[in-house]
Amino acid sequence: MDDWRPACSLEALAVRGEVLRTVREFFHARGVLEVQTPVLASATVTEPAVEAIEVPGYGYLQTSPEYLQKRLLAAGAPSLYQLGPVFRAGEAGRRHNPEFTMLEWYRLGFDDAALMAEVAELVDAVLGPAPYGSVGYAEVVERAPADLGADGLTPRERLDLRFAAGLDALPPGRWFVVDFPADQAALARLRPGRPDLAARFELVVDGLELANGYWELGDPAALEARFREDLAVRRRRGQREPALDRRFLAAMAAGLPDCAGVALGFDRLLMLRLGAESLAEVLPFPIDRA
Amino acid sequence: MASYSTNEFKAGLKVLLEGDPCAILENEFVKPGKGQAFNRVKFRNLITGRVWERTFKSGESLPAADVMDLDMQYLYTDGEHYHFMKTDGSYEQVAASEAAVAEAKDWLKEEEIYQVTLWNDDPISVTPPNFLELEVVETDPGIRGDTAQGGSKPATLSTGAVVKVPLFIEIGDKLRVDTRTREYVSRAKG
Repeated sequence: MDDWRPACSLEALAVRGEVLRTVREFFHARGVLEVQTPVLASATVTEPAVEAIEVPGYGYLQTSPEYLQKRLLAAGAPSLYQLGPVFRAGEAGRRHNPEFTMLEWYRLGFDDAALMAEVAELVDAVLGPAPYGSVGYAEVVERAPADLGADGLTPRERLDLRFAAGLDALPPGRWFVVDFPADQAALARLRPGRPDLAARFELVVDGLELANGYWELGDPAALEARFREDLAVRRRRGQREPALDRRFLAAMAAGLPDCAGVALGFDRLLMLRLGAESLAEVLPFPIDRA
Repeated sequence: MASYSTNEFKAGLKVLLEGDPCAILENEFVKPGKGQAFNRVKFRNLITGRVWERTFKSGESLPAADVMDLDMQYLYTDGEHYHFMKTDGSYEQVAASEAAVAEAKDWLKEEEIYQVTLWNDDPISVTPPNFLELEVVETDPGIRGDTAQGGSKPATLSTGAVVKVPLFIEIGDKLRVDTRTREYVSRAKG
Protein backbone atom coordinates (compact mmCIF):
# COMPACT_ATOMS: atom_id res chain seq x y z
CA MET A 1 0.00 0.00 0.00
CA ASP A 2 1.05 3.52 -0.80
CA ASP A 3 -1.21 5.24 1.73
CA TRP A 4 1.64 6.15 4.07
CA ARG A 5 2.42 8.93 1.63
CA PRO A 6 0.90 12.42 1.99
CA ALA A 7 -2.22 13.10 -0.06
CA CYS A 8 -1.11 16.62 -0.95
CA SER A 9 1.92 17.50 -3.04
CA LEU A 10 5.12 18.75 -1.46
CA GLU A 11 4.41 22.03 -3.25
CA ALA A 12 1.08 22.31 -1.37
CA LEU A 13 2.94 21.59 1.85
CA ALA A 14 5.33 24.45 1.11
CA VAL A 15 2.45 26.83 0.29
CA ARG A 16 0.75 25.88 3.58
CA GLY A 17 3.88 26.85 5.50
CA GLU A 18 4.13 30.10 3.61
CA VAL A 19 0.46 31.04 4.15
CA LEU A 20 0.68 30.21 7.88
CA ARG A 21 3.48 32.75 8.05
CA THR A 22 1.52 35.31 6.00
CA VAL A 23 -1.39 35.03 8.43
CA ARG A 24 0.81 35.39 11.51
CA GLU A 25 2.56 38.41 10.01
CA PHE A 26 -0.82 39.93 9.12
CA PHE A 27 -1.99 39.81 12.73
CA HIS A 28 1.38 40.71 14.19
CA ALA A 29 1.36 43.88 12.10
CA ARG A 30 -2.07 44.75 13.52
CA GLY A 31 -1.17 44.03 17.12
CA VAL A 32 -3.58 41.09 17.41
CA LEU A 33 -2.39 38.54 19.97
CA GLU A 34 -1.98 34.88 19.00
CA VAL A 35 -3.49 32.59 21.65
CA GLN A 36 -3.75 28.84 22.11
CA THR A 37 -6.85 27.53 23.83
CA PRO A 38 -7.38 23.82 24.48
CA VAL A 39 -8.49 21.48 21.73
CA LEU A 40 -9.88 19.15 24.43
CA ALA A 41 -12.33 20.76 26.84
CA SER A 42 -15.21 19.76 29.09
CA ALA A 43 -18.05 21.44 27.18
CA THR A 44 -19.23 21.71 23.60
CA VAL A 45 -21.67 23.68 21.48
CA THR A 46 -25.44 23.14 21.36
CA GLU A 47 -25.82 23.95 17.63
CA PRO A 48 -27.95 21.19 16.16
CA ALA A 49 -26.01 20.99 12.89
CA VAL A 50 -22.61 20.67 14.54
CA GLU A 51 -21.70 17.36 16.19
CA ALA A 52 -18.62 17.24 18.40
CA ILE A 53 -16.37 14.22 18.83
CA GLU A 54 -16.68 13.10 22.43
CA VAL A 55 -13.64 11.94 24.36
CA PRO A 56 -15.02 9.76 27.15
CA GLY A 57 -13.78 10.81 30.55
CA TYR A 58 -12.51 14.16 29.31
CA GLY A 59 -15.16 16.03 27.35
CA TYR A 60 -15.10 16.97 23.70
CA LEU A 61 -12.68 17.86 20.94
CA GLN A 62 -13.54 21.48 20.25
CA THR A 63 -15.58 22.29 17.13
CA SER A 64 -14.28 25.86 17.27
CA PRO A 65 -12.23 27.87 19.79
CA GLU A 66 -15.05 30.42 20.04
CA TYR A 67 -16.22 29.92 23.63
CA LEU A 68 -12.70 29.63 25.02
CA GLN A 69 -11.51 32.71 23.13
CA LYS A 70 -14.52 34.67 24.40
CA ARG A 71 -13.69 33.63 27.97
CA LEU A 72 -10.26 35.19 27.43
CA LEU A 73 -11.88 38.38 26.13
CA ALA A 74 -14.27 38.50 29.10
CA ALA A 75 -11.20 38.21 31.36
CA GLY A 76 -9.70 41.33 29.78
CA ALA A 77 -7.58 39.91 26.95
CA PRO A 78 -6.97 42.20 23.94
CA SER A 79 -8.00 41.46 20.33
CA LEU A 80 -6.78 37.93 19.64
CA TYR A 81 -6.58 35.12 17.12
CA GLN A 82 -6.06 31.39 17.11
CA LEU A 83 -4.82 29.21 14.28
CA GLY A 84 -5.25 25.55 15.03
CA PRO A 85 -7.15 22.29 14.66
CA VAL A 86 -10.88 21.85 15.28
CA PHE A 87 -12.97 18.71 14.95
CA ARG A 88 -16.46 17.86 13.71
CA ALA A 89 -18.02 14.42 13.73
CA GLY A 90 -19.42 13.02 10.50
CA GLU A 91 -18.08 15.71 8.18
CA ALA A 92 -16.05 14.26 5.35
CA GLY A 93 -16.03 14.98 1.66
CA ARG A 94 -14.42 17.09 -1.01
CA ARG A 95 -14.76 20.24 1.14
CA HIS A 96 -14.88 18.66 4.59
CA ASN A 97 -12.59 16.69 6.85
CA PRO A 98 -13.39 15.76 10.48
CA GLU A 99 -10.24 17.61 11.56
CA PHE A 100 -9.41 20.92 9.96
CA THR A 101 -7.49 24.09 10.65
CA MET A 102 -9.54 27.06 11.79
CA LEU A 103 -8.36 30.64 11.83
CA GLU A 104 -10.59 32.43 14.33
CA TRP A 105 -10.16 35.98 15.48
CA TYR A 106 -11.90 38.61 17.63
CA ARG A 107 -11.55 42.37 17.33
CA LEU A 108 -12.50 44.62 20.24
CA GLY A 109 -14.63 47.58 19.23
CA PHE A 110 -15.30 46.25 15.70
CA ASP A 111 -18.77 45.73 14.28
CA ASP A 112 -19.52 43.25 11.48
CA ALA A 113 -18.83 45.82 8.72
CA ALA A 114 -15.39 46.68 10.14
CA LEU A 115 -14.56 42.98 10.49
CA MET A 116 -15.70 42.19 6.94
CA ALA A 117 -13.24 44.81 5.70
CA GLU A 118 -10.44 43.13 7.66
CA VAL A 119 -11.42 39.66 6.40
CA ALA A 120 -11.15 41.03 2.86
CA GLU A 121 -7.69 42.41 3.61
CA LEU A 122 -6.52 39.06 4.96
CA VAL A 123 -7.93 37.17 1.97
CA ASP A 124 -6.30 39.70 -0.37
CA ALA A 125 -2.99 39.11 1.41
CA VAL A 126 -3.20 35.38 0.63
CA LEU A 127 -5.07 35.21 -2.69
CA GLY A 128 -4.20 38.60 -4.14
CA PRO A 129 -6.58 41.53 -4.34
CA ALA A 130 -9.98 41.21 -6.05
CA PRO A 131 -13.35 42.95 -5.74
CA TYR A 132 -15.92 41.83 -3.15
CA GLY A 133 -19.66 41.76 -3.75
CA SER A 134 -22.37 41.72 -1.15
CA VAL A 135 -25.53 39.63 -1.39
CA GLY A 136 -28.40 39.13 1.04
CA TYR A 137 -29.28 35.68 2.40
CA ALA A 138 -32.77 35.92 0.87
CA GLU A 139 -31.32 36.72 -2.54
CA VAL A 140 -28.99 33.69 -2.36
CA VAL A 141 -31.93 31.42 -1.52
CA GLU A 142 -33.91 32.79 -4.46
CA ARG A 143 -31.14 31.73 -6.84
CA ALA A 144 -31.77 28.06 -6.06
CA PRO A 145 -33.46 26.04 -8.80
CA ALA A 146 -37.07 25.03 -8.15
CA ASP A 147 -36.28 21.31 -8.28
CA LEU A 148 -33.84 20.38 -5.57
CA GLY A 149 -34.01 16.62 -6.19
CA ALA A 150 -34.89 15.86 -2.57
CA ASP A 151 -38.08 14.82 -0.83
CA GLY A 152 -39.33 14.64 2.71
CA LEU A 153 -37.60 17.79 3.94
CA THR A 154 -38.86 20.03 6.71
CA PRO A 155 -39.24 23.72 5.74
CA ARG A 156 -35.98 24.54 7.54
CA GLU A 157 -34.09 21.69 5.82
CA ARG A 158 -35.48 22.83 2.48
CA LEU A 159 -34.26 26.36 3.20
CA ASP A 160 -30.78 25.06 4.07
CA LEU A 161 -30.66 23.09 0.84
CA ARG A 162 -31.86 26.08 -1.19
CA PHE A 163 -29.12 28.17 0.44
CA ALA A 164 -26.53 25.57 -0.65
CA ALA A 165 -27.92 25.47 -4.18
CA GLY A 166 -28.09 29.27 -4.24
CA LEU A 167 -24.41 29.55 -3.29
CA ASP A 168 -23.58 27.21 -6.18
CA ALA A 169 -25.53 29.54 -8.46
CA LEU A 170 -23.61 32.68 -7.40
CA PRO A 171 -21.30 34.04 -10.09
CA PRO A 172 -17.62 33.19 -9.43
CA GLY A 173 -15.80 35.69 -7.28
CA ARG A 174 -15.75 36.88 -3.69
CA TRP A 175 -19.11 37.42 -2.04
CA PHE A 176 -20.08 38.50 1.43
CA VAL A 177 -23.46 36.97 2.27
CA VAL A 178 -25.20 39.31 4.72
CA ASP A 179 -28.62 39.86 6.31
CA PHE A 180 -29.05 36.37 7.70
CA PRO A 181 -32.52 35.85 9.20
CA ALA A 182 -32.78 36.33 12.96
CA ASP A 183 -33.45 32.63 13.57
CA GLN A 184 -30.04 31.88 12.03
CA ALA A 185 -28.21 34.44 14.15
CA ALA A 186 -26.20 31.73 15.99
CA LEU A 187 -24.11 33.91 18.34
CA ALA A 188 -24.56 37.18 16.45
CA ARG A 189 -26.54 40.07 17.86
CA LEU A 190 -29.63 41.22 15.96
CA ARG A 191 -29.22 44.24 13.73
CA PRO A 192 -30.11 47.43 15.66
CA GLY A 193 -33.48 48.61 14.34
CA ARG A 194 -33.96 45.39 12.34
CA PRO A 195 -34.82 42.63 14.81
CA ASP A 196 -35.62 40.31 11.88
CA LEU A 197 -31.97 40.29 10.74
CA ALA A 198 -28.78 39.02 12.36
CA ALA A 199 -25.47 40.92 12.33
CA ARG A 200 -23.88 37.82 10.79
CA PHE A 201 -21.94 37.40 7.55
CA GLU A 202 -20.32 34.69 5.51
CA LEU A 203 -17.57 35.02 2.93
CA VAL A 204 -18.04 32.80 -0.11
CA VAL A 205 -15.28 32.61 -2.72
CA ASP A 206 -15.98 30.85 -6.02
CA GLY A 207 -18.85 28.97 -4.38
CA LEU A 208 -16.74 27.84 -1.41
CA GLU A 209 -17.88 28.98 2.05
CA LEU A 210 -14.73 30.36 3.57
CA ALA A 211 -15.63 32.35 6.70
CA ASN A 212 -18.49 33.02 9.08
CA GLY A 213 -18.55 36.10 11.31
CA TYR A 214 -20.65 37.89 13.90
CA TRP A 215 -20.99 41.18 15.60
CA GLU A 216 -20.98 39.28 18.85
CA LEU A 217 -23.89 38.89 21.21
CA GLY A 218 -22.78 39.13 24.84
CA ASP A 219 -26.12 39.08 26.66
CA PRO A 220 -25.99 35.92 28.83
CA ALA A 221 -29.79 35.62 29.10
CA ALA A 222 -30.29 35.89 25.32
CA LEU A 223 -27.45 33.42 24.74
CA GLU A 224 -28.86 30.91 27.20
CA ALA A 225 -32.29 31.21 25.55
CA ARG A 226 -30.71 30.41 22.16
CA PHE A 227 -28.84 27.42 23.63
CA ARG A 228 -32.07 26.08 25.12
CA GLU A 229 -33.81 26.43 21.75
CA ASP A 230 -30.94 24.45 20.18
CA LEU A 231 -31.32 21.74 22.81
CA ALA A 232 -35.07 21.55 22.13
CA VAL A 233 -34.32 20.98 18.43
CA ARG A 234 -31.75 18.34 19.39
CA ARG A 235 -34.30 16.59 21.60
CA ARG A 236 -36.91 16.56 18.79
CA ARG A 237 -34.39 15.03 16.41
CA GLY A 238 -33.10 12.51 18.92
CA GLN A 239 -29.60 14.00 18.97
CA ARG A 240 -27.23 14.13 21.93
CA GLU A 241 -28.10 16.97 24.34
CA PRO A 242 -24.86 18.34 25.77
CA ALA A 243 -24.87 20.25 29.05
CA LEU A 244 -24.85 24.03 28.77
CA ASP A 245 -21.37 25.51 28.99
CA ARG A 246 -21.62 27.09 32.47
CA ARG A 247 -18.14 28.61 32.37
CA PHE A 248 -18.90 30.29 29.07
CA LEU A 249 -22.20 31.68 30.36
CA ALA A 250 -20.48 32.87 33.56
CA ALA A 251 -17.89 34.67 31.44
CA MET A 252 -20.68 36.37 29.46
CA ALA A 253 -22.34 37.38 32.74
CA ALA A 254 -19.01 38.93 33.78
CA GLY A 255 -19.14 40.88 30.52
CA LEU A 256 -17.97 40.30 26.97
CA PRO A 257 -16.44 43.52 25.65
CA ASP A 258 -18.07 44.88 22.50
CA CYS A 259 -16.44 42.94 19.67
CA ALA A 260 -16.82 41.16 16.36
CA GLY A 261 -15.36 37.76 15.54
CA VAL A 262 -14.93 35.48 12.58
CA ALA A 263 -13.89 31.89 11.87
CA LEU A 264 -12.18 31.11 8.58
CA GLY A 265 -11.46 27.66 7.15
CA PHE A 266 -7.71 27.80 6.66
CA ASP A 267 -7.53 24.63 4.54
CA ARG A 268 -10.22 25.99 2.20
CA LEU A 269 -8.21 29.20 1.86
CA LEU A 270 -5.31 26.99 0.71
CA MET A 271 -7.64 25.23 -1.75
CA LEU A 272 -8.42 28.61 -3.29
CA ARG A 273 -4.77 29.65 -3.29
CA LEU A 274 -3.77 26.44 -5.08
CA GLY A 275 -6.84 26.14 -7.32
CA ALA A 276 -7.53 22.76 -5.69
CA GLU A 277 -10.79 20.88 -6.19
CA SER A 278 -10.62 19.00 -2.93
CA LEU A 279 -9.19 19.24 0.58
CA ALA A 280 -7.13 16.12 -0.14
CA GLU A 281 -4.99 18.31 -2.39
CA VAL A 282 -4.02 20.58 0.52
CA LEU A 283 -4.00 18.24 3.52
CA PRO A 284 -0.97 16.05 4.10
CA PHE A 285 -3.05 13.34 5.74
CA PRO A 286 -6.85 13.63 5.29
CA ILE A 287 -8.93 11.33 7.48
CA ASP A 288 -8.67 8.28 5.20
CA ARG A 289 -4.90 8.23 5.53
CA ALA A 290 -4.39 9.97 8.87
CA MET B 1 -32.37 -6.31 4.38
CA ALA B 2 -28.99 -4.62 4.68
CA SER B 3 -28.87 -0.90 4.09
CA TYR B 4 -26.21 1.76 3.70
CA SER B 5 -26.12 5.17 5.36
CA THR B 6 -25.01 8.25 3.39
CA ASN B 7 -21.69 8.21 5.23
CA GLU B 8 -20.99 4.76 3.76
CA PHE B 9 -21.87 5.85 0.20
CA LYS B 10 -18.98 5.51 -2.20
CA ALA B 11 -18.50 4.98 -5.90
CA GLY B 12 -19.45 1.48 -6.96
CA LEU B 13 -21.84 0.74 -4.09
CA LYS B 14 -25.08 -0.92 -5.28
CA VAL B 15 -28.29 0.32 -3.71
CA LEU B 16 -32.02 0.32 -4.40
CA LEU B 17 -33.44 3.69 -5.38
CA GLU B 18 -37.14 4.03 -6.16
CA GLY B 19 -37.27 0.28 -6.62
CA ASP B 20 -34.45 0.07 -9.15
CA PRO B 21 -30.92 -1.23 -8.55
CA CYS B 22 -28.41 1.59 -8.96
CA ALA B 23 -24.65 1.97 -8.72
CA ILE B 24 -23.35 5.05 -6.92
CA LEU B 25 -21.12 7.15 -9.19
CA GLU B 26 -20.39 10.15 -6.96
CA ASN B 27 -21.24 11.23 -3.45
CA GLU B 28 -20.73 14.83 -2.38
CA PHE B 29 -21.11 15.99 1.21
CA VAL B 30 -22.72 19.46 1.35
CA LYS B 31 -23.21 21.51 4.49
CA PRO B 32 -24.46 25.03 3.91
CA GLY B 33 -23.83 27.73 6.48
CA LYS B 34 -24.67 26.37 9.87
CA GLY B 35 -27.49 24.28 8.47
CA GLN B 36 -28.46 20.70 7.82
CA ALA B 37 -25.85 18.47 6.14
CA PHE B 38 -26.77 16.81 2.86
CA ASN B 39 -25.29 14.31 0.46
CA ARG B 40 -25.69 15.00 -3.24
CA VAL B 41 -25.45 11.66 -4.95
CA LYS B 42 -25.18 10.58 -8.58
CA PHE B 43 -26.39 7.11 -9.45
CA ARG B 44 -26.40 4.97 -12.56
CA ASN B 45 -29.64 3.08 -12.86
CA LEU B 46 -28.39 -0.42 -13.68
CA ILE B 47 -31.52 -1.32 -15.63
CA THR B 48 -31.90 1.75 -17.83
CA GLY B 49 -28.30 2.98 -17.75
CA ARG B 50 -29.61 6.50 -16.98
CA VAL B 51 -27.83 8.76 -14.51
CA TRP B 52 -29.95 9.97 -11.60
CA GLU B 53 -29.13 12.77 -9.17
CA ARG B 54 -30.70 12.85 -5.73
CA THR B 55 -30.04 14.76 -2.53
CA PHE B 56 -30.36 13.13 0.89
CA LYS B 57 -30.11 14.41 4.41
CA SER B 58 -26.85 13.11 5.83
CA GLY B 59 -27.53 10.02 7.89
CA GLU B 60 -30.40 8.79 5.71
CA SER B 61 -29.97 5.34 4.27
CA LEU B 62 -30.88 3.27 1.22
CA PRO B 63 -31.41 -0.49 1.04
CA ALA B 64 -28.56 -2.51 -0.43
CA ALA B 65 -29.27 -4.01 -3.85
CA ASP B 66 -28.40 -7.68 -4.27
CA VAL B 67 -26.40 -7.07 -7.43
CA MET B 68 -23.57 -9.31 -8.64
CA ASP B 69 -21.33 -9.18 -11.68
CA LEU B 70 -20.55 -12.69 -12.95
CA ASP B 71 -18.46 -13.95 -15.87
CA MET B 72 -20.75 -16.11 -17.99
CA GLN B 73 -20.51 -17.84 -21.34
CA TYR B 74 -22.96 -16.90 -24.09
CA LEU B 75 -24.72 -20.00 -25.46
CA TYR B 76 -27.51 -19.07 -27.87
CA THR B 77 -30.72 -17.12 -28.38
CA ASP B 78 -34.12 -18.71 -28.85
CA GLY B 79 -35.37 -15.53 -30.47
CA GLU B 80 -36.85 -14.18 -27.26
CA HIS B 81 -34.22 -14.80 -24.60
CA TYR B 82 -30.45 -14.92 -24.58
CA HIS B 83 -28.98 -17.83 -22.67
CA PHE B 84 -25.78 -17.60 -20.63
CA MET B 85 -24.02 -20.25 -18.55
CA LYS B 86 -21.95 -19.88 -15.40
CA THR B 87 -18.24 -20.61 -15.78
CA ASP B 88 -17.84 -22.03 -12.27
CA GLY B 89 -18.45 -25.61 -13.43
CA SER B 90 -22.07 -25.61 -12.24
CA TYR B 91 -23.43 -25.43 -15.81
CA GLU B 92 -26.15 -23.23 -14.31
CA GLN B 93 -27.89 -21.10 -16.94
CA VAL B 94 -29.74 -17.79 -16.95
CA ALA B 95 -32.00 -16.34 -19.65
CA ALA B 96 -31.51 -12.63 -20.33
CA SER B 97 -34.20 -10.50 -21.91
CA GLU B 98 -33.77 -8.41 -25.03
CA ALA B 99 -33.57 -5.30 -22.82
CA ALA B 100 -30.84 -6.79 -20.63
CA VAL B 101 -28.58 -7.55 -23.60
CA ALA B 102 -29.34 -4.26 -25.38
CA GLU B 103 -25.84 -2.83 -24.84
CA ALA B 104 -24.14 -6.05 -25.91
CA LYS B 105 -26.47 -7.11 -28.71
CA ASP B 106 -24.08 -6.29 -31.53
CA TRP B 107 -21.31 -8.22 -29.80
CA LEU B 108 -22.83 -11.58 -28.90
CA LYS B 109 -20.63 -14.45 -30.03
CA GLU B 110 -21.27 -18.00 -28.97
CA GLU B 111 -18.86 -19.45 -26.41
CA GLU B 112 -17.40 -16.02 -25.62
CA ILE B 113 -17.31 -14.88 -21.96
CA TYR B 114 -19.43 -11.84 -20.97
CA GLN B 115 -19.96 -10.00 -17.73
CA VAL B 116 -23.56 -10.55 -16.69
CA THR B 117 -25.03 -8.34 -13.98
CA LEU B 118 -27.55 -10.22 -11.86
CA TRP B 119 -30.10 -8.53 -9.62
CA ASN B 120 -31.82 -10.95 -7.26
CA ASP B 121 -30.36 -13.64 -9.57
CA ASP B 122 -32.02 -12.15 -12.69
CA PRO B 123 -29.79 -10.81 -15.47
CA ILE B 124 -30.31 -7.07 -15.91
CA SER B 125 -27.36 -6.17 -18.11
CA VAL B 126 -24.63 -7.79 -20.17
CA THR B 127 -21.24 -6.23 -20.85
CA PRO B 128 -19.05 -7.57 -23.65
CA PRO B 129 -15.30 -8.04 -23.17
CA ASN B 130 -13.32 -4.90 -24.06
CA PHE B 131 -11.76 -6.66 -27.04
CA LEU B 132 -13.28 -9.29 -29.32
CA GLU B 133 -11.96 -11.14 -32.38
CA LEU B 134 -14.67 -11.29 -35.02
CA GLU B 135 -14.94 -12.21 -38.70
CA VAL B 136 -15.92 -9.77 -41.43
CA VAL B 137 -19.07 -10.98 -43.20
CA GLU B 138 -19.67 -7.99 -45.43
CA THR B 139 -17.62 -5.09 -46.77
CA ASP B 140 -16.96 -3.39 -50.10
CA PRO B 141 -13.98 -4.75 -51.99
CA GLY B 142 -10.80 -2.97 -50.93
CA ILE B 143 -8.05 -1.60 -53.08
CA ARG B 144 -5.20 -4.10 -53.03
CA GLY B 145 -1.83 -2.85 -52.00
CA ASP B 146 -3.18 0.43 -50.74
CA THR B 147 -2.16 -0.16 -47.16
CA ALA B 148 -0.16 2.95 -46.56
CA GLN B 149 -2.87 5.52 -47.02
CA GLY B 150 -5.52 6.40 -44.51
CA GLY B 151 -9.16 6.11 -45.44
CA SER B 152 -11.71 3.66 -44.18
CA LYS B 153 -14.92 1.86 -45.07
CA PRO B 154 -17.69 0.18 -43.08
CA ALA B 155 -17.52 -3.57 -42.44
CA THR B 156 -20.21 -5.79 -40.92
CA LEU B 157 -18.93 -8.36 -38.44
CA SER B 158 -20.31 -11.82 -37.72
CA THR B 159 -22.16 -10.55 -34.61
CA GLY B 160 -23.89 -7.77 -36.54
CA ALA B 161 -21.72 -4.89 -35.38
CA VAL B 162 -20.64 -2.44 -38.06
CA VAL B 163 -17.19 -0.88 -37.61
CA LYS B 164 -14.96 1.33 -39.71
CA VAL B 165 -12.00 -0.62 -41.07
CA PRO B 166 -9.00 0.19 -43.30
CA LEU B 167 -9.53 -0.18 -47.04
CA PHE B 168 -7.44 -3.37 -47.32
CA ILE B 169 -9.77 -5.45 -45.11
CA GLU B 170 -11.71 -8.18 -46.94
CA ILE B 171 -14.63 -10.48 -46.26
CA GLY B 172 -13.45 -13.44 -44.20
CA ASP B 173 -10.71 -11.49 -42.36
CA LYS B 174 -10.70 -11.86 -38.59
CA LEU B 175 -10.41 -8.53 -36.78
CA ARG B 176 -9.59 -7.46 -33.26
CA VAL B 177 -12.13 -4.79 -32.25
CA ASP B 178 -12.56 -2.55 -29.19
CA THR B 179 -16.20 -3.01 -28.14
CA ARG B 180 -16.24 0.16 -26.00
CA THR B 181 -15.30 2.54 -28.82
CA ARG B 182 -16.49 0.28 -31.67
CA GLU B 183 -13.11 0.74 -33.29
CA TYR B 184 -10.97 -1.56 -35.37
CA VAL B 185 -7.69 -2.40 -33.59
CA SER B 186 -5.86 -4.82 -35.90
CA ARG B 187 -6.15 -7.94 -37.98
CA ALA B 188 -6.27 -10.98 -35.72
CA LYS B 189 -3.49 -13.52 -36.04
CA GLY B 190 -4.27 -16.99 -37.38
